[in-house]
Amino acid sequence: MSSNNDSISKTLIVVISLCLVCAIIVSTAAVQLRPQQNANKLLDSQKNVLAVTGLLTGGNISELYSKHIEERFVDMDSGEFVEKPANYDYRKFMKSPDESVRLSGEEDLASIKTRAKVAPVYLAYENGVASGELSAIVLPVHGYGLWSTMHAFLALGADGTTIKGLNYYEQGETAGLGGEVQNPKWVAQFEGKKLLDASGEPAIKVVKPGNASPDSAFEVDGLSGATLTSNGVQYTFDFWAGAKGFAPFLAKVRDGALNNG
Amino acid sequence: MANAKEIKTVLFGPVFANNPIALQVLGICSALAVTTKMDKALVMCIALTLVTAFSNFFISLIRNHIPSSVRIIVQMTIIASLVIVVDQLLKAFAYDVAKELSVFVGLIITNCIVMGRAEAYAMKSAPGISFLDGIGNGLGYSVVLMTVAFIRELGGSGTVFGIEILPLVKDGGWYQPMGLLLMPPSAFIIIAGFIWILRTFRTEQVEKA
Repeated sequence: MSSNNDSISKTLIVVISLCLVCAIIVSTAAVQLRPQQNANKLLDSQKNVLAVTGLLTGGNISELYSKHIEERFVDMDSGEFVEKPANYDYRKFMKSPDESVRLSGEEDLASIKTRAKVAPVYLAYENGVASGELSAIVLPVHGYGLWSTMHAFLALGADGTTIKGLNYYEQGETAGLGGEVQNPKWVAQFEGKKLLDASGEPAIKVVKPGNASPDSAFEVDGLSGATLTSNGVQYTFDFWAGAKGFAPFLAKVRDGALNNG
Repeated sequence: MANAKEIKTVLFGPVFANNPIALQVLGICSALAVTTKMDKALVMCIALTLVTAFSNFFISLIRNHIPSSVRIIVQMTIIASLVIVVDQLLKAFAYDVAKELSVFVGLIITNCIVMGRAEAYAMKSAPGISFLDGIGNGLGYSVVLMTVAFIRELGGSGTVFGIEILPLVKDGGWYQPMGLLLMPPSAFIIIAGFIWILRTFRTEQVEKA
């Protein structure tokens, strides 16, 4: 039996049937488990939004989320709230040719190539959505670091400029060096800093480690041993606080767009 | 099928007598990466044990039909499919751990233990005993991994399975954690220590100079 194992026809038969069987098993597993995986992803993103606003107190995440967080959608060019687009998926929309705008080299500070036309923002209410007392505005931001696109949530106070929290929840930087963007101690530096200066321009500066002045409202220490990741964070802030990012929306916020909503 | 004694050797031999990490020094790459926390290490151990056992089983099942010219590719296809299935299962049922393990689950595909057992054992043995061989080697791997993870987590973060054992100075306790233990090189040192202790008691494992 094994003597003709090496004939070309036997080799082809074995290899092709093996590939078929394996392909069926793998695709069945992927398709069958997808709903469960998507539910996990949704829960994870809700958890991250809650965490950055400091409202993650334990207990049921979905319940906390629906109690404290209101999801809205912003047209990035006008800064106006819009209805949730059909089949909305931010991650898909940011790459889709129809739903995103291509950024020119000059505009593309964060090296993300395209930006969705409509982005989600999360309005956090410490005493529950029903109270109407806005406590934070959470913006999704992302930008390229050294190896990977780093995704974060940035929480701003109701004034639209004071940073209340930053949470890098997805990145693939070097563990122990650039990977420290996730370190709660490092991101805690951003709390209380101002995203924008008095004229509404992006003002956060990630400086060389140890050089941030404690009195400055804009400076934070970079990560030591991870200059390119720190630069990536800087560019992410420059982009998303700038004209092609959330600046039109934040200008509306400062003019009181959320007060009567 | 094999008698009870053979089963015992196959199943428990790899734990100390023929440990894949300590004696054969295979698969230590993942031993460095996933041993900072015990829960991560445990999930990794279970994943690797299952993959080794089932890949051994399936490869042994078709061993008489595998053309020798493409046998490595055939083995890789089976192993890779199993790893993808395990990865999908983890993402569905243990999302947090799966996120932390991220790329290392995928890297089980290239883990030398899995390939090594497929090539060295499953290609010439019956499916049942090959399956047990996979479990046995998975256990051997797990013993080392859990030992390393225990030392690293206890010494580096003062916890065991996330439960605080040594209160840390920064939380008002007395224990100043050893940062070195959270760095990958510490796993080398601990594995080396493990091998040293093992070979002190089992002198037959000492290589001739």
